Amino acid sequence: MANMAQAIRLALNYSEKNLQLKDVFGQDVGAPLGGVFTATQGLKTSWNTPLDERGIISMAMGIAMAGDRCVAEIQFCDYIFNTIDLLKIAGNTLWCTNGQYNLPMTVMTPVGAGIRGSVYHSHSFDSWASRIQGWKVVMPSNPLDAYGLLLSAIKDPNPVLFLKPKALMRVRGEELIPGEPADEKELKTRIDAPIGDRSKWEPEWPNMQEYLVEIGKGKITRKGEQITVVSWGRHLLLANEVADELKASDVSVEVIDLRSIYPYDWGMIRTSVAKTGRVLIVNEDTEVTNFGEHLIYRVVQELFYQLLARPRLIAGKNVPGVGLHPNLEDATVPQKSEIKSAILELIEEVP
Amino acid sequence: MSYSKTTTSKSNSAKANFAKVATKKKSLVKMSSKKDDSKKSSALKTAKSISSTQSLGQLPDKVLVQMLDLMIKSRVLEERLIKIYRAGESYFWIGGPGEEAWGVPIGILANKGQGVKHDFMHLHYRCTPTLIAMGMNMKDSIRLMMNRATDPSTGGRNFSNHYCIPEMNIAPVTSPIGVQYGIALGTAHAQKRAGAKAISIVTGGDAGTAEGDFASCLVWASRKNNELPILITVQNNYWGISTSYEGQHGETNIADRARGFNIRSRVVNGNDPVESYIALKEEMDYIRKTGKPSFIEAKVSRLYGHSSASGANLVQNEEDCLKSFSEKLLSKKIITEKEIKTIWTTYEEEALRATEEARCEGVPTSESIWDHVFASNENSNWRKF
Ligand SMILES: Cc1ncc(C[n+]2csc(CCOP(=O)(O)OP(=O)(O)O)c2C)c(N)n1
Ligand SMILES: [Mg+2]
Repeated sequence: MANMAQAIRLALNYSEKNLQLKDVFGQDVGAPLGGVFTATQGLKTSWNTPLDERGIISMAMGIAMAGDRCVAEIQFCDYIFNTIDLLKIAGNTLWCTNGQYNLPMTVMTPVGAGIRGSVYHSHSFDSWASRIQGWKVVMPSNPLDAYGLLLSAIKDPNPVLFLKPKALMRVRGEELIPGEPADEKELKTRIDAPIGDRSKWEPEWPNMQEYLVEIGKGKITRKGEQITVVSWGRHLLLANEVADELKASDVSVEVIDLRSIYPYDWGMIRTSVAKTGRVLIVNEDTEVTNFGEHLIYRVVQELFYQLLARPRLIAGKNVPGVGLHPNLEDATVPQKSEIKSAILELIEEVP
Repeated sequence: MSYSKTTTSKSNSAKANFAKVATKKKSLVKMSSKKDDSKKSSALKTAKSISSTQSLGQLPDKVLVQMLDLMIKSRVLEERLIKIYRAGESYFWIGGPGEEAWGVPIGILANKGQGVKHDFMHLHYRCTPTLIAMGMNMKDSIRLMMNRATDPSTGGRNFSNHYCIPEMNIAPVTSPIGVQYGIALGTAHAQKRAGAKAISIVTGGDAGTAEGDFASCLVWASRKNNELPILITVQNNYWGISTSYEGQHGETNIADRARGFNIRSRVVNGNDPVESYIALKEEMDYIRKTGKPSFIEAKVSRLYGHSSASGANLVQNEEDCLKSFSEKLLSKKIITEKEIKTIWTTYEEEALRATEEARCEGVPTSESIWDHVFASNENSNWRKF
């Protein structure tokens, strides 16, 4: 199975061949490195930019304004903050021009902790992004969704932010991407750049198929009856693990992979919470204020009388950074044990 | 430096003031050239060589008269916008009176049209002269000023002079200072790929060159073997709201910064439409031919202060390019007083009529706030997800 970095690469290759993707660019995105997570290796349209995040976002806006499709990368979301006003402008251009200029651009950036990345390689951006209107914001938790969401992002006529959970870049999927060779080794030989001199290397791209994950649609990854856990990105996998473990003790957990932060799949959350009466939201962006709070607000507004317990959010602690020592990181970003005890507490709670 | 004072001293005649300001600007140039004598700033040399060779004769009379006509039209429109503000029919005015001699030639010379085979215009909020020269009608600017639903640029959503006209590749004017310098890189990149010799033209103010996006523009436009077809311009009116040029700039000319990136660069008197026209033509031709960037700093006036926030009053101590150019054309007998007067009155009537019409047009509805968040009006209201 492809890992997420390979899935992204395959999606970009499919798009440059079939979706008129003209440019994939960012710091170290082009040859020889092909991105710090190797997600852009071997592409025809990839190129290295100056070390200038504002320049990267501006360039993408201009390319989109001229009508071409592009994917721009910010090397780590920790360095996207000086572009926020450009992201604002990219998101408000269509609105400010009363529908005249849409900007079909995709920005991808690695997010989150989990690789002992210390302060400046551990930031999250999903909650920040939820406040930048005019953007669609997606965050896959597995390679197949990464492939399908990226194709949808590139096809979308709006700006789309594609958040890559950096700790999942090397994690393999459980399902084949349509067109992906079944043999993992074969895939590796065909599309991973060799160590050492790459100047003559050319990838041998598999014949990938179009596979789209609709933006705005979540996915139920575990079916259950007693509680709904909504998560996305890296923490979705932790939620799945906890659900599997609790199953053994006869606790039935429904897990929703939200996949899209905006627009989000309210229908899926509503149906699930109406059934279970209990909800826990899990993500690693900081807790004040967190996108999960918006979801909880909506749960309370629309499902108040069906709730059996107070909705709960587990998110990153409201401190300035994620410290390097494991004691610091683990105390800052949500851990599996916290998710498990929160579920058990919620299940015990009675109105 | 006397530039730290924009007063509205009414005692001097406009002409006398023009002379005074001209001397002041000259002395500024002199002072900086003295500082830099050893290096012999070629920006100054270029500026000098243009002004020493400049003459009306370099352009056909027809073009000269066309420029004056458009300059007057733009001024009349801006003065009408200010009157609309004064009458309480708009909330805010900002615009470009004083930049006509520079802005009009840009609009005349641009390759007008939609898409990568035509020039892209990344303008800021003082570019009515360029838009008028490109054929925008007065009423559309007035609709924007009066936040009508019929305002084709923003549908009543944004300030005066925040134009957007995709049919002419007029990229949306936005309020955050300087961002257009970065965005222009992207259209230039796409134009280069299309290979049709179209260019991206970006304008902005002197104070705004301190923003990082201006530096981004110089860096990205000049990468070796990856140069971009972009005309980078700065309208230097020596002011950023109330901050004087000397209060911000250590460089002699802003144009000098481009030279550090091996970008061809020059300074022009933006109060002289002939000098501006010739310089713009030369640089546009160069960019189309070579695919490389070029830079022009134009010294311009700011005739009604920064915006309505500072009163939008006529300043008396800066050159008025309409006056000086009219006088030149009159002295060479290229146009008569009567003809000039007719131009003014014709446009004044047009502007007044347009205002009366725009006043009767509809305004945006409250429900429309959700329109155009996403393309094709896809729902963006979370209450309806
Ligand atoms: C990023 C940003 N900062 C501050 C402002 C407020 N502001 C509006 S115009 C202006 C001065 C701009 O001066 P300059 O670039 O010289 O242009 P001019 O107005 O003189 O033409 C400022 C500070 C803004 N609009 N955007
Ligand atoms: Mg200025």
